[in-house]
Amino acid sequence: MVLSKEKKLEMYGKMVKIRSFEERIVDLYARGLVPGLAHLYIGEEAVAVGACANLRDDDYITSTHRGHGHVIAKGADVRSMMAELFGKTTGYCKGKGGSMHIADVNIGILGANGIAGGGLPIGVGAGLSAKYRKTDQVTICFFGDGASNNGTFHESLNLAAVHELPVIFTCENNQYAISTQQRMHQTIKDVSIRATSYDIPGVTVEGNDIMAVYEAINKAVQRARSGKGPSLVECKTYRWRGHHEGDPNLGERYRSREDIKPWVEKCPITRFERLLLKEKVLTKAKIDQIKETVKKEIDEAVEFANNSSFPKHEDIYQDVFQEEMGGSR
Amino acid sequence: MREITYAQAINEALRENMRRNSRIILMGEDIGRYGGIFQVTVGLLDEFGPERVIDTPISEAGFVGTCVGAAMTGLHPVAEVMFIDFTTCAMDMIVNQMAKMHYMSGGRGKVPFVLRTNIGAGRGAAAQHSQSFHSFFMHIPGLKVVTPATPYDAKGLMNTALVDENPVMFIEHKKLFITKGHVPEESYAIPFGKADIKREGTDITIVATHALVQKSLNVAEEMSREGVEIEVLDPRTISPLDREAILNSVKKTGKLITADEGCVTGGFGSEVAAIVAQEAFDYLEAPIMRVGSPDTPVPFSPPLEQFYIPDEGSIKDAASRILAYQ
Ligand SMILES: Cc1ncc(C[n+]2csc(CCOP(=O)(O)OP(=O)(O)O)c2C)c(N)n1
Ligand SMILES: [Mg+2]
Repeated sequence: MVLSKEKKLEMYGKMVKIRSFEERIVDLYARGLVPGLAHLYIGEEAVAVGACANLRDDDYITSTHRGHGHVIAKGADVRSMMAELFGKTTGYCKGKGGSMHIADVNIGILGANGIAGGGLPIGVGAGLSAKYRKTDQVTICFFGDGASNNGTFHESLNLAAVHELPVIFTCENNQYAISTQQRMHQTIKDVSIRATSYDIPGVTVEGNDIMAVYEAINKAVQRARSGKGPSLVECKTYRWRGHHEGDPNLGERYRSREDIKPWVEKCPITRFERLLLKEKVLTKAKIDQIKETVKKEIDEAVEFANNSSFPKHEDIYQDVFQEEMGGSR
Repeated sequence: MREITYAQAINEALRENMRRNSRIILMGEDIGRYGGIFQVTVGLLDEFGPERVIDTPISEAGFVGTCVGAAMTGLHPVAEVMFIDFTTCAMDMIVNQMAKMHYMSGGRGKVPFVLRTNIGAGRGAAAQHSQSFHSFFMHIPGLKVVTPATPYDAKGLMNTALVDENPVMFIEHKKLFITKGHVPEESYAIPFGKADIKREGTDITIVATHALVQKSLNVAEEMSREGVEIEVLDPRTISPLDREAILNSVKKTGKLITADEGCVTGGFGSEVAAIVAQEAFDYLEAPIMRVGSPDTPVPFSPPLEQFYIPDEGSIKDAASRILAYQ
C-alpha cells in the first residue's frame, strides 16, 4: 500500500507522542501526581495508530480502560488529557472521569470505558446510527483479548453482522487479561476465528507492525464505508508495563522479566523507525527533532495541567443530567 | 489477641471452610495466581489447586450463572466479582436466577452460593469502579446481604455464609481490606440478622454500615467529650435486618441517624428510616437524618471524590441538626 511521506511521518509522530505521554504518566503516577488507575499502552502503539490512520475526524471509536493510545491516535489533545488525569476542570471530562473515561464526541471519541467489553455494543450503536442517517461514517471498536470473552462481544458481532453495520471490531490481543494468560481464558489462539460464527471477515495481523495493522484495517474500513458490513481484525501485541501502574514489578505475580524482553526487542516504534529510515522518509536528525517537539508538547501539557484548578465542591452536582430539552429538530 | 486484616480474615474463613467442606469451590477473575486484586484469595490456589480455585474469563454472567448451576447440583461455590460495579453484567443471573430459584421451584431447588464483591470510593477509580449500590440487593427477595465492617465480623459472617444453604451477597468494602483488628484463631460464627451494638449510648442512635461504622465511632468519642452519648449500631447484615435491635435503640435514644455509603435516595438508610417512622413514631424526638453519598455518579477528581465520600464531618452535621431541633 502506498502512503504519502507526510502520512507516514504523521503516523510515526503519533506513536512517539503516545509513548512519551505514557512514559510521563509512569513518572507522574510514581510521584503521586496522577491518582487512580492508569493502564498504560506502552508497546501497543502500532495498533491504535495503524487503525486510526484510516479514519476521518467524523468517524467514531470506542475505547477501553487502556485508552490513552486510542484517543491520541484519534486526535485527542494531550493538554486536555493530562488535565483530566490530574483531575482538573480543564480536562476532557472536567475532572469527573479520569483516565478510564476520556471522551471527545466532537472528534468521534465515544469514550474510554471502565467495563471490559462495555464499548462494543456502543460501537454497534454508532454504526446503526450512521447507517440510519445515511452517512458513510465508520466506527472502530477497540477491545482486548480478555474482553472478547464478555457476552457483549458475541452479541455485538452478531447484531452488527445481521444489520450489516459499518463497524470494525479491533481486538488488541496482548495475551493477558490482568494476570490471566490467553490460554487460560480461551481455547482459541486467534480471536479472529470467531468471525466465522457471524459470517463476517476475520483476520489476524502482527500488531507491532504498523503497516500490517494499517492495511488490514484499511480493507475493513472500505468494506464498512461501502455498506457491506462489519469485520473483525485481531492485532497480536504485548503490554510492557504492569496491568496498571501499581501492578507490582511489571506483573511479576504472573510473568517474568524474561517474558517481557523479546517484546521490548520487537518495539513497534523502533520497527517503524527502521522502515522509515530505509525508505528515507526519516533521518536521524528528523527523529531527534520529532522527539524533541513531542517532549515539548508533553511538558506543556503537564504545565497546563499543573496550572489548572481543581473543581469546586458544588461542581459535583453538575452534569448528572443534560438540562437542555431536545424534541423535534 | 492476634490482629489480622479484613482481607486476611476473609481469607482465613475461606481456607478453613474449604478444608472442612470439599463442596466449596472458588471462581473469579484473577483469584488464583494473582490472589485476587485485593489479595483476599492469596495462597488458596496453592493449597487447594486449580480444580477448586478457578480463574475465570471476563464473563461475569457466565461464571455467576455457573455458580448457580453448581450450587443447585451439590456444590457450594464462592464467586468473586472484582468490583460491585461489574455485578451489573451478571444481573439476570443474580436477580432472576440465583435469588428466585428456591421460591420458583416451590422450595425444591436450593442455591447455596456466596457471591463476594466490594463497594467503596476513595481510590480515584471513578464512576465504574467505585460504586456502593449494595442496597440494590436488599430490594430483591431471596438474597441475603452481608455487610461486614471489621475483620472480626468478616470472618464470623463468612463462616455463617458458608453453612447457609441460601444465596448470599457478601459485600466487602475496598477501603477496609487493609484495616486490622482482633480476630480469634479458632472458628466462630456470627448469625445473620443479628446487629452488633458497637458502642452504647443514650442520646442518639447511629445505624451505620461498612466504613461508616468506624467513622461513627470516631464521632461518638468526640461528642462524648461534649456530653453527647451516641449509640452506634451495626446491622452487619442488611438482609435479614435486625429491626428489633434498631427499634429498641431508637426507643431508648429517641433520635436516629443512618450512615451508609450508598447514594442517599432509595438506599439502606431510607429503608431504616421508614421502618423507624412506621414502628417507633411515638418515640422519635427529632427528624431522622440520613448520611450517605450525593445522588451523583462517583467523580474522579480527588477533591470531588473526597467531598463525595461521607465522613465524620457529615455525621457531625447530622448530629448537630438533630440536637438543634426543638
Ligand atoms: C466487566 C468487567 N470485568 C472485569 C473488569 C476488570 N478488568 C479490568 S481490565 C481487565 C482485563 C482486561 O483484559 P483485556 O480485555 O485483554 O485488556 P488489556 O488489559 O489486556 O488491555 C479486567 C478483568 C472490568 N473492567 N470489567
Ligand atoms: Mg489483554
